[in-house]
Amino acid sequence: MLHTLSIGELGEKLKSAQISSVELTRHFLARIERLNPALNALITLTAEQALEAAAAADARRAAGEDGPLLGIPLIHKDIFCTDGVRTSCGSRMLDNFIAPYDATVVTRLKAAGAVMLGKANMDEFAMGSSNETSYYGPVRNPWDTTKVPGGSSGGSAAATAARLAPFATGTDTGGSIRQPAALTGVTGIKPTYGRVSRFGMIAFASSLDQAGVFARSAADAAIVLRAMAGFDPRDSTSVDAPVPDYSAALGGPLTGLKIGLLREFFEGLEARNSALIHEALKIYRGLGAQTVEVSLPHLPLSVPTYYVVAPAECSSNLSRFDGVRFGYRCEQPKDLLDLYTRSRGEGFGAEVKRRIMTGTYVLSAGYFDAYYLKAQKVRRLITDDFRAAFGQADLLIGPTTPTPAFAIGAKINDPVTMYLNDIYTIGANLAGLPGVSLPCGYVDELPMGLQLIGPHFSEGKLLNAAHRFQQATDWHAHAPRGYE
Amino acid sequence: MMTDWEIVIGLEIHAQLATKSKIFSGSPTAYGAPPNTQASLVDLAYPGTLPVLNTEAVRMAVKFGLSIGAAVARRSVFARKNYFYPDLPKGYQISQYELPVVKQGKITVMLDDGTSKTIGVTRAHLEEDAGKSLHEGLNNASGIDLNRAGTPLLEIVSEPDMRSAKEAVAYMKKIHTLVRYLEICDGNMQEGSFRCDANVSVRPRGREKFGTRAEIKNLNSFRFVEKAIHYEVARQTELLESGGTVVQETRLYDSDKDETRSMRSKEEANDYRYFPDPDLLPVEIDEPFIDAVRATLPELPDEKAARFAREFGLSPYDAGVLSASRELGAYFEAISAACGAAHAKLAANWVMGELSSALNRDNLEIEDSRVSPLQLSGLLTRIIDETISGKIAKEVFEAMWSSAKSADAIIEAKGLKQITDSGFIEGVIDAVIAANPKQLADYRAGKDKLFGFFVGQAMKATQGKANPAQLNDLLKKKLGA
Repeated sequence: MLHTLSIGELGEKLKSAQISSVELTRHFLARIERLNPALNALITLTAEQALEAAAAADARRAAGEDGPLLGIPLIHKDIFCTDGVRTSCGSRMLDNFIAPYDATVVTRLKAAGAVMLGKANMDEFAMGSSNETSYYGPVRNPWDTTKVPGGSSGGSAAATAARLAPFATGTDTGGSIRQPAALTGVTGIKPTYGRVSRFGMIAFASSLDQAGVFARSAADAAIVLRAMAGFDPRDSTSVDAPVPDYSAALGGPLTGLKIGLLREFFEGLEARNSALIHEALKIYRGLGAQTVEVSLPHLPLSVPTYYVVAPAECSSNLSRFDGVRFGYRCEQPKDLLDLYTRSRGEGFGAEVKRRIMTGTYVLSAGYFDAYYLKAQKVRRLITDDFRAAFGQADLLIGPTTPTPAFAIGAKINDPVTMYLNDIYTIGANLAGLPGVSLPCGYVDELPMGLQLIGPHFSEGKLLNAAHRFQQATDWHAHAPRGYE
Repeated sequence: MMTDWEIVIGLEIHAQLATKSKIFSGSPTAYGAPPNTQASLVDLAYPGTLPVLNTEAVRMAVKFGLSIGAAVARRSVFARKNYFYPDLPKGYQISQYELPVVKQGKITVMLDDGTSKTIGVTRAHLEEDAGKSLHEGLNNASGIDLNRAGTPLLEIVSEPDMRSAKEAVAYMKKIHTLVRYLEICDGNMQEGSFRCDANVSVRPRGREKFGTRAEIKNLNSFRFVEKAIHYEVARQTELLESGGTVVQETRLYDSDKDETRSMRSKEEANDYRYFPDPDLLPVEIDEPFIDAVRATLPELPDEKAARFAREFGLSPYDAGVLSASRELGAYFEAISAACGAAHAKLAANWVMGELSSALNRDNLEIEDSRVSPLQLSGLLTRIIDETISGKIAKEVFEAMWSSAKSADAIIEAKGLKQITDSGFIEGVIDAVIAANPKQLADYRAGKDKLFGFFVGQAMKATQGKANPAQLNDLLKKKLGA
């Protein structure tokens, strides 16, 4: 079955003309039509454009072009602007917004010949850890449709897990790729801050946001990341450093690799979760890696730090949604103030408003020093902790989440409990580090994720470590029942 | 007893930088285009768009900093100033707050009484301009033109060092001169390329503590600055003398009514929630960059004035006037070179006199002068070699202004050549004396003032062409005889 094949295998079939991109695209479109209603993983399906793009990819191949993504379908998180296609960011505010341009990520994947099938559901403006804040309704986890898929890139994760596309894009501000990847049993990588352009990616928290990949293996993620990454003069925070051929480096030995166990990640960790990580460590030791224990003393402060910095930036980033130039505008505004308050009041959902208010508060005169400035200082301490840890270890290891997927509705009315779900992922965002989550077993028959965090620009090393684990295990190859 | 009030003024000048494109987008900055035709998706703050700093704006800010002897910050930071307004598409303005690119400079201004005063420049920082709201002709709706949104501005903040409206105007003029010298701003005040906010307060003379200030926004002419300050000072002193208190607030100057009006008070002021813009990296400036900018600095106004005074023996006032713009200085230097440095004073008088009034009359800039430096030096040469008198020269100048001909051609065509033939002049004098016996008797009886009468009569008889010095000498001799 085509949807069980890896990107590499699909590429071979396309190259040898066993299938066409149009056929491949039709296959996935049919799966989406059949399986998505139960999942709600997509906000917008772009079947017509997909078939056109697939035909174009086939024509390019017929003209002699080749490339690992030429003709391969994908789903973009609905946070990336796509020219001529609604880009809702999961919000009523942008329900009517047709982006007039492509995000750099979209441009690059288009250039590589990848075929967009549609736009994935997500937490509103990427604010959430369960995909329940979406204006378009919650996404359901293919492993158990009463459970959340995680968030904010819940649609991308669920779609990848359900084999609705070979891969999907996502964004990770506090764990929004790694956490849903863990909860849906797929591989997700959040690159180094600055590795992938943020241009055209609707901003949540600019200093933390980073685009990445959902795929079913590290090997597939390596192919996609290489196509997405690289310097973009339109994003001042993107880094002008060459993009290595991540695929070429896969399979390298792990002998002598020092893997650091994050002490703070294991404190209070549920025994079954902890056991899975220790099982993984055994495999790594079997591959020649050494394990050392490292500590990030300030890591327990990462959640409060994040929930000051991210809301502060979002309160400002979301000011442009004012009902004046694009997006939702209230009916019959009486005056300017009414236009603003009702457009924003009606256009934004509860979680977005909560964060805008939190962010506005922490930046206010009289509170700035106590909250924003202090959070920035703690952020620096956390970054320093990581730097020190990388003096002792090449990569850090720990769980991606404290628990497996929880029930839809279980935490949505308790924001603090919901926020604590990000406890293991936020640190990498605050320090701008790359992180990957890969499936490592089950708790309560739900997939769990193993997280690897590396120094800046160590994506190649991370992907190789993930790949070697996946060569030695088959957790990543498991499909949820009904989606095999 | 009347209180002796001391006026305290600080200015925040906004100079639009003359970059080709905007400070954070590639859109052009040209003035006067149809609404919203120079606004890109970045300027419109479309979701997902990001700012990219135009380094040309940084270069210009550094140039300004170097020209006022200021410290150029090796690291400066763009911050977001958050507030909602329809002409502010992002809902925040990108500006520099805690770490500006330029800090602590000085400007020396020359006052009308010939004294000079040094005024501190606290800082100069880069920021983007907002768009414009349009309310006219839109049938009760409001329009927004975002062509100006994102235009680079240099905000130049002075210390509260000025003590009169005149000083404030002198300071503003000096900055205006400087930014044009540096070619970083076109200085066009009508188009809003150069405007200022004035912070005005009064205090009893001798008291150290400043009074409560009012900020008068958006003054776009030197005259308005002067008048607005006068009005505001009168308003504040009257208020204080009648037992009231000045409220810290933002005021608007209405030039039609010549008054300032309250816009908003401090209580209703926005909390701008400044924080560093995470979309932009800190601006790092290194020595080679500063050195490269320094190498592009032109001769600055004060340097030029000093040189004019030194090389041409001009008074500080004349030297100051002639160095007020690079173009004027160049014009003056061109004619001085042609006529010789010894006649620089004559050249200065003509440039500041006839030429300036002709330019003012026709509302022209020096670069658009109808009389070229070559023409004017041709004219001055004929004064110097006594072909014509200064008085006739004015007539020739007027003819040149409207004809583009050379002085010699005009002198020739109009027969204006000066009469230096002593015999001829003597004949004229004799005839004048003979025709005015009574005046002659009175003069000889001691009415010295009548000398002028005889000069006038003789000049009249020669249609003004007699060499004045010769005429004077000969007349003195004849009358004394």
